[in-house]
Amino acid sequence: MLQPISVSLASLNLTTLSPMLVVIGGALLILIIDLLKKDLDKSIYVTLSILVLFVDFGATLSLSLNERGFFDVMLVDGVAILSQLLILLASMLFIPLALTSKRFHEYSYPEFFALFLFMVGGFQFMVATDNLILIFVGLETASLALYTLIAMHNTRGSDEAAIKYFTLGAMAAGFFAMGAAAIYATTGAVELYDVAKVFQARMSEPGFSVPLIGGALLMLVAIGFKVSLIPFHLWTPDVYEGSSAPMAGYMSIVPKITMMVVAMRLLGLYVDMGVEAVRWMIIVLAVVTMTLSNIMAIVQEDVKRMLAYSSISHAGFVMAALALDTTKAYSSIFLYYGLFLFTNLGAFAMLWITRNKQARYHYRFHHPYQKFAGLIHLSPVGAVIMGIFMLSLTGVPPFSLFWGKLYIISATVDAGYIWLAIVMALNSAIAAYYYLKLIVWMFLKPANPGVEALEVNKSRPLVVIVGIAVTVTTLSIFFIQPLLNYITYMVSVSGY
Amino acid sequence: MENILSVLIFFPLLAALLGIVVSKESIRVYGITVAAIEFLLTLWLWFAFDGSNGGFQFIEYMPLISDFGINYYLGIDGISLFIVVMAALMTLIGIIALGEVKKLKNMIISLLLLEVAMIGVFVSLDAIIFYLFWEFSLVPMLYIIGYWGGEKRLYAAIKFFLYTFAGSLIMLVGMLYVAYVYQSVAGVWSFALTDWYALVLPLSVQKWLFWAFFLGFAIKVPMFPFHTWLPYAHGQAPTIGSVILAAVLLKMGTYGFVRFSLPMFPDASVAYILPVAVIAIIMIIYTAMVAYAQEDMKQVVAYSSISHMGVIVLGTFAMNVEGIAGSVFLMLSHGIVSGALFLLVGVIYDRRHTKLMSEFGGLASVMPKYAVIFGIMLMASVGLPLTIGFVGEYLSLAGIFKVSPTMALLGGFSIILGAVYMLSLYKKSFFGPVTKEENKKLSDLNGRELTALVPLVAIVVWLGVYPKPVLGPIDTSVKALVKFMNEKAQTSEAKTVIHVSKSTKEAR
Repeated sequence: MLQPISVSLASLNLTTLSPMLVVIGGALLILIIDLLKKDLDKSIYVTLSILVLFVDFGATLSLSLNERGFFDVMLVDGVAILSQLLILLASMLFIPLALTSKRFHEYSYPEFFALFLFMVGGFQFMVATDNLILIFVGLETASLALYTLIAMHNTRGSDEAAIKYFTLGAMAAGFFAMGAAAIYATTGAVELYDVAKVFQARMSEPGFSVPLIGGALLMLVAIGFKVSLIPFHLWTPDVYEGSSAPMAGYMSIVPKITMMVVAMRLLGLYVDMGVEAVRWMIIVLAVVTMTLSNIMAIVQEDVKRMLAYSSISHAGFVMAALALDTTKAYSSIFLYYGLFLFTNLGAFAMLWITRNKQARYHYRFHHPYQKFAGLIHLSPVGAVIMGIFMLSLTGVPPFSLFWGKLYIISATVDAGYIWLAIVMALNSAIAAYYYLKLIVWMFLKPANPGVEALEVNKSRPLVVIVGIAVTVTTLSIFFIQPLLNYITYMVSVSGY
Repeated sequence: MENILSVLIFFPLLAALLGIVVSKESIRVYGITVAAIEFLLTLWLWFAFDGSNGGFQFIEYMPLISDFGINYYLGIDGISLFIVVMAALMTLIGIIALGEVKKLKNMIISLLLLEVAMIGVFVSLDAIIFYLFWEFSLVPMLYIIGYWGGEKRLYAAIKFFLYTFAGSLIMLVGMLYVAYVYQSVAGVWSFALTDWYALVLPLSVQKWLFWAFFLGFAIKVPMFPFHTWLPYAHGQAPTIGSVILAAVLLKMGTYGFVRFSLPMFPDASVAYILPVAVIAIIMIIYTAMVAYAQEDMKQVVAYSSISHMGVIVLGTFAMNVEGIAGSVFLMLSHGIVSGALFLLVGVIYDRRHTKLMSEFGGLASVMPKYAVIFGIMLMASVGLPLTIGFVGEYLSLAGIFKVSPTMALLGGFSIILGAVYMLSLYKKSFFGPVTKEENKKLSDLNGRELTALVPLVAIVVWLGVYPKPVLGPIDTSVKALVKFMNEKAQTSEAKTVIHVSKSTKEAR
C-alpha cells in the first residue's frame, strides 16, 4: 500500500516559479480575450504582451538569490536571474516591431502573441534549473512555439524555414535526450549538482568518465545546434532568410543566451572538473565557428543572410569564453550578449523598416545589398544609424560591441590563451570586411534609379525601438561600469 | 584653462554635430571658422605650456569603467604638443584649400570628426582611450576616400580600413596583456600609460609585446612590407584626404613608437634596433627608387612620404636624445611639407584633371607663383639646409650615426635619392618649353590657394632658420624620456645603447 506523501506548500517555494507563472498566465489571458471578443486590433495584443513581460521582469527582479524550489528542481541563482532579465528585455524590445505600418499575416492572429509568451516561458524554465529533464521540457516548449511563430510569417520561405528548423531541431533534441540519458545512466542523477558530486567522487575509477564525456559531447551537439556553431549551423541562414526580420533578430539573441546558460551549467561542470577533452572541444568549435562563418559571410548577397552568418561568428566568439572557466569569462558572455542585443535589435529593425511586401530588388532576396545603394541620399539619418550598427558589430570603438569584444578578449588573455585571443582579434578584422560592404553600399554608391523611399514599413513604434537601440549602442561607454559591476556580482554569487 | 585638452577634443565634435543644421551655402565659412578657433585654441595650449617641464601637463582624469581600469585620462608633453598644433593647423589649411567638391557639407563634417580623432590620439594617456580614437579615425577617412576619391576609390578605402584595423587588433591584444600583467603585479586594473611605464617586464615578455605593438604601428606608418595600402589610398583619395593622411594620420604610427614601444619595452627596443633599422632602410631606399619610377606626380609625393617616414623610424630607434628629438621634429616638418606638396599637386589636378608628369612641362613660365612655392616645398622635402626638412633629418641621422655609422650612411640615401626624384619631377613638369597647348592658358594660384599655402611657406622657412621654439620643449621631454628609459633598462646592452648618447650629450 502506498504511503501518502505529505508536502507542505512552503517547502515547494513557489515564488521561484512566479516569473513563468506570470508569463503563462498572460498568454492564457490573451487567448481568453480573443475568445470573448474577436475583432480586436494587433496593437492591444502587442501592448498586453509588453505589460505581461514587464510584470514578469518585476517578478524576476524580486526573486531572492540562490534559492531552490519545487523539490529542488528550480534553481534561482545569479545566472538564472541575469539571463531571464536579458530574455525579457529582448522580448519586450522585439515584440513592438509587430506594429508596422504595413499589415503582415502573422500579427493578425492573437495566437501569435500567446505563443510568443509561451515561448518566453519555455526559455525561462531552461535557464532557471539545473535539472536535465526540465531543461529538455523548457527547450521543447520554447522550440515548438518558435517553429510555429516562424511558419506564421506565411511566405514561401517561411514554410521552408519552419520545417527545416523543426526537423533539424527535433534531431538536436534527440541528441540532447541521448546525452542526458548517458549522464543519467552513469551517475544515476539528472540534477547537475548531483552529477557533479558523483563525478567528483568516482572520477579516478578507470573508464568511469568515458560515458560521461560521451554524454557531454552528445549534448554539445544539441547546444551547438541552438547556438548555431559550425558544423551544426546549416539551418541558420535559411531560417533567418525565411522568417520575418524581427523573428530572425530575436533568434540571434534569445535562444542563444538561453543555450549559453545551459552550456555554462553543463559544460562548465566538465571544464571545472578539469576534463581537458571537453575544454578543447569547445575551443576547437569556437575557432572553427568564427573563422568559417566569417568567410562564408563575405560571399553572401543578402544582408539578412550576412547577419545570420555574422550571428554565427559572434556565437563562436562568445563560445570561446566558455572554455576559460573564470568569473571574468562567464561575466563577459552576459556583457557581450547584453550589448549585442541592442545592436542586433537595431540592425534587424532597420531591415524590417525597409521590408517590402514583394522582393523588389532581387528575384529571391528581400534585403540584397543592392537595395541599400545610396541610402545616404534617400535617408541620411537611416543610413547613419544603420552605419553605426554595422560599425558596432565590427567592433569599432566607441560603439557598444567594442566593449564586449574587449572584455572577452581580455578574459581570454588573462586565462593564458594568447593565441586564441589573436585568432579572435584577426577574426574581427575579417568580419570588418562584410560589415563595411554594407556601409560602402549605403554611403559610397549611387542610389537605385526610381527609388524614392526605402522606409516603407516605418511607423512610430519602430522608430522608437531603433532610437533606443542606437542610443544604447552609441552611449554605451557611460553605463558599462554599472552593468559590468552588476553582471560580475550576479555571476560570482552563482559560484562561477 | 585646465581642461583645455577636453575642449580641444569636444569642440570639433560638437561643431560637427551642429554642422548638420548649417545650410549648404554657409558650410564652408562655418568649417573654416571652427577649424580656425580650434587652431587658436592649440596655439593657446602652446602658449600656456611650460617648456621647461619634461613631464605630462594639462592632465585630466575621470573614471570611466573603473573596475576594468579604463579612465578618461589626458595629458600632453613636448612630444605630443606640437603634433596637436600641427594637426589643427593642417585641418585648417586643408579646409581653406578645399575646392568645389560635391556634398561639401558631408566633407566638412567628416573632417571635423577626423580632427576629433586625431587630437584625441595624441592627447590620450589611457591606452583604451588612445585605441578608441585610433580606430575611430578610420571611419571618417574611409568615407572621405571612398566618396570623394578617384576611379578605384572603393578598393582603396576598404584596403586602407582593413589593413589598419587588422594591425591594431593585434596591438589591442598586446595592450590587454600588458594590463593583465599590471593587474597581476599591482592588484588593480589600469590602462593608464603612466602606470604602465612603471611596469618592468621581463625581456622575454617584452619581446613578443614589442612585436604586437610594432605590427599595429608599423602598418600605420606604413613600414615596408606593410606599405602597400598607402599608394592606393593616396592615389585615390581627394586632395584633402591625402593632406590629412600624410600630415597627421601616418604620424600616429611613429608617435606610437615613441609613446608606447620605447618607454614600455626599452630592452626589447634595443634588442631589435637592427631588424627595425634594416626595415627602415629598405623602406627609405626602396620606396625612393619606386618614387623615381612613377609617372604620376601624386604617386611621387606618396612614395617620397613613405621614404621619409623611414627616416623618422630610424631616428626613433636610435634611442638617444638627438635621434628621438630629431624624429619628432621630422614628424612635424614632414607633416607640413608633405601636406603642402599634396595641396600643390591638388592645385594642378583641379586645373587639368590629370597628375601625369608627361602632361606638363614649362609650368614655371605659365604659373610662376605656383612654381616658386612648389620649389620651396620641394627643397624642404629634400632636406636643404635652412628649410624645415633639414633640421629633423639631420638630427635623426646624427642620432643613428652614434648607433651605427653604416646605418646613418644608408639612411642618408633618403636625401640623395630624394633630390634625384624630386628634382626630376620638377624638371619634367616645370622647366623646359610649354609642350601642351592646354597648359598655356593655365591660371596661376588664386587667392584661396595662396591663403592656404603662404602660411606653410612661412613656417617652412621660419622653423628652418630658427627651430628652437619648437625643438626646445621637444628636447626637454625627449631627455626626460631617454633618462627614464635608461633607468628602466635591465639588460646591459640596453643600458649602453641608451646611456652612450646621454654621456656624450653631457660631455659636450
